[in-house]
Amino acid sequence: MVDIKIIVCIKQVPGTTEIKINPETNTLVREGIETVINPFDTYAIEEGVRLKEKLAPLLSQTGEEIETIALTMGPPQSGEMLKEAIALGIDKAVLLSDRAFAGADTWATALTLAEAIKKFDDWKLIILGKQTLDGDTGQVGPELAQKLNIPFIGYASSILDINKNRMTIKRLMEDRYETFEIRLPAAISVGKDINIPRVPSLRGKLKAKNEAIPVWDKNYLNLDQSQIGLEGSYTQVIKISMPEHHYEVKMLEGSPDHQVDELYGKLKELNIV
Amino acid sequence: MHYFLTEEQQMIVDICRQIVEERIKPQRAEMDENCIFPAEIIKEIGKSDLFRLFVPEQYGGMGTGIFEVCLATEELSRGDLSVATTYAASGLGFIPIILLGSEEQKKKYLPQLASGEKLAAFGLTEPEAGSDVGAIRTKAVKDGDFYILNGTKQWITNGGEADIYTVFTMTDPSKGARGASAFIVEKGTKGFDFGKKENKLGIRASATRELIFTDCRVPKENLIAGEGMGFIAAMRTFDQSRPAVGAQAVGVAQAALEEAINYSKVRKQFGASISSLQAIQHMLADMATQIEAARTLVYHAAKVIDSGEKNVSRLSAMSKLFASDVAMKVTTDAVQIFGGYGFMKEYPVEKMMRDAKITQIYEGTNQVQRNIIALDLIKRGVL
Ligand SMILES: Cc1cc2nc3c(=O)[nH]c(=O)nc-3n(C[C@H](O)[C@H](O)[C@H](O)COP(=O)(O)OP(=O)(O)OC[C@H]3O[C@@H](n4cnc5c(N)ncnc54)[C@H](O)[C@@H]3O)c2cc1C
Repeated sequence: MVDIKIIVCIKQVPGTTEIKINPETNTLVREGIETVINPFDTYAIEEGVRLKEKLAPLLSQTGEEIETIALTMGPPQSGEMLKEAIALGIDKAVLLSDRAFAGADTWATALTLAEAIKKFDDWKLIILGKQTLDGDTGQVGPELAQKLNIPFIGYASSILDINKNRMTIKRLMEDRYETFEIRLPAAISVGKDINIPRVPSLRGKLKAKNEAIPVWDKNYLNLDQSQIGLEGSYTQVIKISMPEHHYEVKMLEGSPDHQVDELYGKLKELNIV
Repeated sequence: MHYFLTEEQQMIVDICRQIVEERIKPQRAEMDENCIFPAEIIKEIGKSDLFRLFVPEQYGGMGTGIFEVCLATEELSRGDLSVATTYAASGLGFIPIILLGSEEQKKKYLPQLASGEKLAAFGLTEPEAGSDVGAIRTKAVKDGDFYILNGTKQWITNGGEADIYTVFTMTDPSKGARGASAFIVEKGTKGFDFGKKENKLGIRASATRELIFTDCRVPKENLIAGEGMGFIAAMRTFDQSRPAVGAQAVGVAQAALEEAINYSKVRKQFGASISSLQAIQHMLADMATQIEAARTLVYHAAKVIDSGEKNVSRLSAMSKLFASDVAMKVTTDAVQIFGGYGFMKEYPVEKMMRDAKITQIYEGTNQVQRNIIALDLIKRGVL
């Protein structure tokens, strides 16, 4: 019997250098593109694994157990990404995949994730990356928390304290630190200031290799077509196009000293230094 | 190149590459310049299960062999030889326990070493005993349930950083090498202190330090395999560990070759890349060929050891000897291809050349390796 579950929501995105737009359809080109775990989600995974490492010995004193679960909604190939999460120390993974989920905006995504999370019992904490590299909205976390009716703290930069019922977290805003104490279950989103993600372990990779990842579809989640995918979405991306960049390049010439002087003068003129 | 690695072996290589790219390369120049011990990187290596490669499964290891250790060591050495030395020297410290330790010793020490939670070191060399290991003077005298250790070890890799030390002493000096005995000594034991840290030509980020024993009482349970077994423990350990020194050499040579190829393509002289000059091309070809030969010998030696073959001293010595000579040659040639830039600290090849030198010296100088090879040839014939 697992007493505490930490759920980490992650997403597969195109590798940073690989974002291309199909000029005909105005959508992101996904075929033949190298995919990665959304970079912000790697911090969510690491934080989940660290919390387990920290809490497991304490909980075991009272015979209790803790488990980390990675969850994603995406095409079947996202299963590979979930295996990477397992190689990094996550215990289990679930893939939400169904053609009917396609075209979901943040609302429909959050709803689908929420229904999946309700299938688990004893979950205490949901950790998400603060935003994705492709969608860039940062909305799924707060929407998910709202649907589950739990507190949400975005941009957590460190977890100061945690027990089965409460946690204390700190976050960095533009001009101040904020410290919150919140009741569990709760959801938080994290960015790169919270930790340095580890390199996968050999035992993790071997475990991941043999792991069968369960796939949950719309029927399993008892969801109606009207609530999910494109139909369940309030927003729809109808066109993606590249902004036109207007860069002005000026090459500095002359001796290095002269170039430095000129560069310094220019930066001063622009009020940068 | 295809080395017919299993999926698990490829995973080991991939993990090490990620550690090299993400953790080691961004820091190696500064670690070298300021002699900063890579504590965080070593922790990461531990978390990635790489120390488990040395250890049998029942003691928290992966049940892998010397070949896997060599793969990991080679890849880490492509990043930085100080890191690889720290890793390999910890293994060197616990191989005597794996080979000859009691069940209690294995149960007590190996799991902590396998997880990387604790580091080990191997203390043999003394000021007056380098190649001549039979000349060690550190004494261990039995006193009830303890042995009392007195003496000084010199140039011990991981000295001060390691928690567990295999220390070679004389229990009966009248018997020479047959009077040597090995002990496990834990950091923090009363009478066990650390002396000066060395300022070195290469592998500057690795810790090289004196171990000083002054009436240090070590429980008799920490004696490895009985009195008089010290010399055998050391020699059998070296038989297993020397291919990993070969792997260090292959790794650093490979890194230098990669740097040299890339540089030769971008450096222009006489209106063209220097890679278009046959003089440079031939150097690159020779470097690559020598590395490939060294790698093949190292892998072969490792696999023969893993097969359970008993007489491995010759092959093990050959792999260390050949690969380290190749590393010195290749890294020196890489500096040559870089010209004056290669001599400057802005580029990594001068460090690789400084680092490579140690592989010809430690775990037995290359002259000593030749002695081992020749003695074995004369004793057992060519086959
Ligand atoms: C950075 C560093 C790390 C080290 N780490 C460790 C460690 O972790 N643990 C440890 O125990 N030791 C360690 N050592 C010691 C190392 O193993 C010795 O330096 C090495 O064995 C050589 O001994 P020596 O330096 O005393 O040289 P010497 O034995 O004095 O040799 C001097 C020269 O004479 C030659 N020579 C000596 N005897 C013979 C012979 N019979 N035939 C032909 N030539 C011979 C040698 O090849 C060499 O060229 C380390 C050394 C260094 C520099």
